[in-house]
Amino acid sequence: MNPDYTPYHPKWHRRRMPIFWWLGSGPYIRFITRELTSLFVAYAAVLLLAQLWILSRGPAAYERFLEWLASPAVLVAHAVVWLALLFHTVTWLWLAPKALVVQLRGRRVPNALVAAVHYGAWVIASGLVAWFVMGGAP
Amino acid sequence: MKMVSLEIHRYRPEDETEPTWQRYEVPLRTEWMVLDALNYIKDTLDGTLSYRWACRMGVCGSCGMMVNGEPTLTCAMYLEAAGPGPIRVEPLRGFPVIRDLVGDLTDFLEKLGRVRPWIIRKEEKPQQGEYLQTPEALAEYKQYSMCINCMLCYAACPIYELEPEFIGPAAIALAQRYNLDSRDHGARERMEIISQEEGIWSCTFVGECSTVCPKNVDPAGAIQRYKVAAASAWFRSLLPWGKR
Repeated sequence: MNPDYTPYHPKWHRRRMPIFWWLGSGPYIRFITRELTSLFVAYAAVLLLAQLWILSRGPAAYERFLEWLASPAVLVAHAVVWLALLFHTVTWLWLAPKALVVQLRGRRVPNALVAAVHYGAWVIASGLVAWFVMGGAP
Repeated sequence: MKMVSLEIHRYRPEDETEPTWQRYEVPLRTEWMVLDALNYIKDTLDGTLSYRWACRMGVCGSCGMMVNGEPTLTCAMYLEAAGPGPIRVEPLRGFPVIRDLVGDLTDFLEKLGRVRPWIIRKEEKPQQGEYLQTPEALAEYKQYSMCINCMLCYAACPIYELEPEFIGPAAIALAQRYNLDSRDHGARERMEIISQEEGIWSCTFVGECSTVCPKNVDPAGAIQRYKVAAASAWFRSLLPWGKR
């Protein structure tokens, strides 16, 4: 007989949540990956700010920075960052229709269309940035 | 007759300090749900097994359990579909276990009351007859009104288990059900409670609450819509002409 038990105050059992609770299921793994890849988003933002700061320090410093960017180890690391950013952006924009309920002429716009507009805007914005970086600007 | 094994979570606090697993063999009948198998065990094999159920038709929300690790209404899951066995049946995750497959839902009921899930009116009585509502106005909240309080969404939500203060998916979806009702004037009152840290902002949008919902209530969508509404209300309050 468990001494803590009385018929009027049953002893509840509370599960202890394991640290790796998310490893057991596909949706939880995807969720944690989406959350963790936000660190790569932060890295990309810091990298861009660092690039601007180094640019302000003159052409020689900027040249050295570009050389560092072109080194094989950094290229490999940034390929990984790029994949993480891609995963984060695709999964993040996929959630947009959940938060945005758009009504058009009294009818709800389908979720797939809301997501498609977000993906479209993302592709256009990326294309514009690429065009600018590649020297397309006058 | 073909048989199937069920591994059932047992917890008898008068005898044990930790839960154990008990295996039962039941006939694999094509028309049986997992709940029918539990009733067979209770009626013919072991009368000491404790679990909740009532309607057997997916309306009462009592028979929610973890079947093979997934939050499931046991009256709506065919035994064959859950097979080939052993089929693991556990109490809903996130709730303290009173006995065997019975969880304690007091925490949810307390939180549900906190979000005021009823129509709040500035003036109580309609001027004449009943309050009228168009089909379009009904469609706004109908989805959220389908909630049967089965708690599957809580069991699917890791945040609820990690942060027990979190109000949780169903309670927030039910608050949204009344906010979107054209007869209701209580959105601001509810916002005070729901826009707290333990309300919508605890949700990190795992999204599994909506996946497991047997009534397609989409609590995850309700919470994200609430976040947008709360954020825009806060921005409006910062404007010189904005009112809090």
